[in-house]
Amino acid sequence: MSILISIFWFAVVVVGAMALGWLFRALVVAVSPQRRAHEMRKAPLTACFGLLVILVYVLVAALAPVIAPFGESEVVGGEFLPWDSTYLLGTDNLGRDMLTRMIYGARNTVGIAFVITALAFFVGTILGLLAAVVGGWLDQGLSRSVDVLMAIPSLIFSLLLLTIFGTSVLSLVLVIATVDATRVFRLARSVAQGIVVMDYIEAARLRGEGKWWLITREILPNAMAPLVAEFGLRFCFVFLAISGLSFLGLGIQPPTADWGGMVRDNATLITFGDLTPFLPAGAIALLTVAVNFVVDWQLHKSSGLKE
Amino acid sequence: MAHVWRMIAQRLALGFLTLFVVSLLIFGATELLPGDFAEAILGQSATPETIAAIRRDLGLDQPFHTRYVDWLGGVLQGDFGKSLANQQPVIELISKRLGNTLFLALYAAAMAVPLSLGLGILAALFRNSIFDRMSNALALTSISFPEFFVAYILILWFAQTGYFPSIVRLSPGISFGETLYRCFLPALTLTLVVTAHMMRMTRAALINLLASPYIEMARLKGMSPMRVILRHALPNALAPIINVVALNLAYLITGVVVVEVVFVYPGLGQLMVDSVSRRDIPVVQAVALIFASAYVLLNLTADVLSTLSNPRLMHRR
Repeated sequence: MSILISIFWFAVVVVGAMALGWLFRALVVAVSPQRRAHEMRKAPLTACFGLLVILVYVLVAALAPVIAPFGESEVVGGEFLPWDSTYLLGTDNLGRDMLTRMIYGARNTVGIAFVITALAFFVGTILGLLAAVVGGWLDQGLSRSVDVLMAIPSLIFSLLLLTIFGTSVLSLVLVIATVDATRVFRLARSVAQGIVVMDYIEAARLRGEGKWWLITREILPNAMAPLVAEFGLRFCFVFLAISGLSFLGLGIQPPTADWGGMVRDNATLITFGDLTPFLPAGAIALLTVAVNFVVDWQLHKSSGLKE
Repeated sequence: MAHVWRMIAQRLALGFLTLFVVSLLIFGATELLPGDFAEAILGQSATPETIAAIRRDLGLDQPFHTRYVDWLGGVLQGDFGKSLANQQPVIELISKRLGNTLFLALYAAAMAVPLSLGLGILAALFRNSIFDRMSNALALTSISFPEFFVAYILILWFAQTGYFPSIVRLSPGISFGETLYRCFLPALTLTLVVTAHMMRMTRAALINLLASPYIEMARLKGMSPMRVILRHALPNALAPIINVVALNLAYLITGVVVVEVVFVYPGLGQLMVDSVSRRDIPVVQAVALIFASAYVLLNLTADVLSTLSNPRLMHRR
């Protein structure tokens, strides 16, 4: 019986999400200029829902101090208070307001994941493109070192590095960015290798353009589509990885609000049938699903597949 | 057969080379310590004399290559050094937990592989049907969920109602069936986490082949769709499927860490997490080496198996 009820709620959620996506699409089509409106009208509902979710997360993260009813690590009442009108989502294991922590969590978790992804992309793409353009010993050296780094599972490697550098936000950012930069390097290099052999690159080389020009003006614009899709996917992986590490108590350290850590701190409530710890976990899952939907749409659009 | 053995020997040699470099990396990573190992152990209470004493104790005054050879020699004989936290030999800490972790990973694999292959074949057979779409959407969703979310949902559904225990207690002397029962929820969590990806890849590998002329021929002969897929498409899709299975089994190795913590399962992952927060470097090195070797070996096996499954690669001229 409980399974049936769960399925019913699942269906309600799916229909609700699609309706939201539809409304959001209608809104965007109405307010945006002609060309964009045409593109958006063809966007699938899942992608619209994904865009809406991402927009909401960004707004919440940006406006966190304005929306949040209390301070980030302010103890406002008893421990594990139930949901009521003052504490909309109750309080956590130390008596801090759950809603406030959720809102600040958006800022911290999503913000740090974004910084890490951007850093990993910056380093990985530049090295990957450089390896493809220069070739020779640089390519060999970089590729073989990346092979070695990738022979160790990423979570295990991050744990090893975190043991050595200690658990602080800075070392977290650097460690995860290093681990993920290797994956970005692989992709960037293989995409760029396909481009480097093109005639227009040859022409640019004969013109006497420098390597920097080749990378930024000739290769990067042509490698953009797969890299953008990879950015979305990579963001999901990084986001899940740092939530996982925070859940293990090795990521973002208290008292900074963070969704993975919040699940860990309040997990005891689950054994009493209280659903509050699922909110931060659900927030993580919702954002990853949303980003995946948008990436799927972008990939589909850039691949030119017509099913 | 000679070239098969040569190929396997080549891959093995390459695998051992990788393992060697990995061990070098794992051992060498401690060199990155700001300051030095001895200072890290002592922390605030470091004085020049105590640091010098500890350095001599751990052999830190030796050059890097001597220490590495010593460490590697010890590891090959099953001696991983002593834990910094409680001075116990690391091998005692890990030997029992290694068995537990392997059991959990195998248990999950035994459920996940048949399930995902079956679902993948069905999804390819009934492609673009409501079943296919539902399973695709579910797969995408479950890839996006953090492991601990899946674990807690299962706890809420199954442990709340009292069907399965939410904390795994493995006491010695319980029967095999009882062990399976107690480990069911962690194994199910891992299964759910890896099934989605394997299923999607199985489906993709099969569908890729469906446009080939020989599949069309088989269809024109009037074969049933199920038979076309099982007899004609599946053998040719084996190589990518083996690869993705191995990749996901390797993923199980790391997925195990989070799941073990949720279910308080006495395995290597839990030990590693505890040691990371205590900065117990010898234990972390040992566990990382074990996980990394398992990962390398799995990839090696996948490589060999997928070559064996493809006659064109076997008889390359």
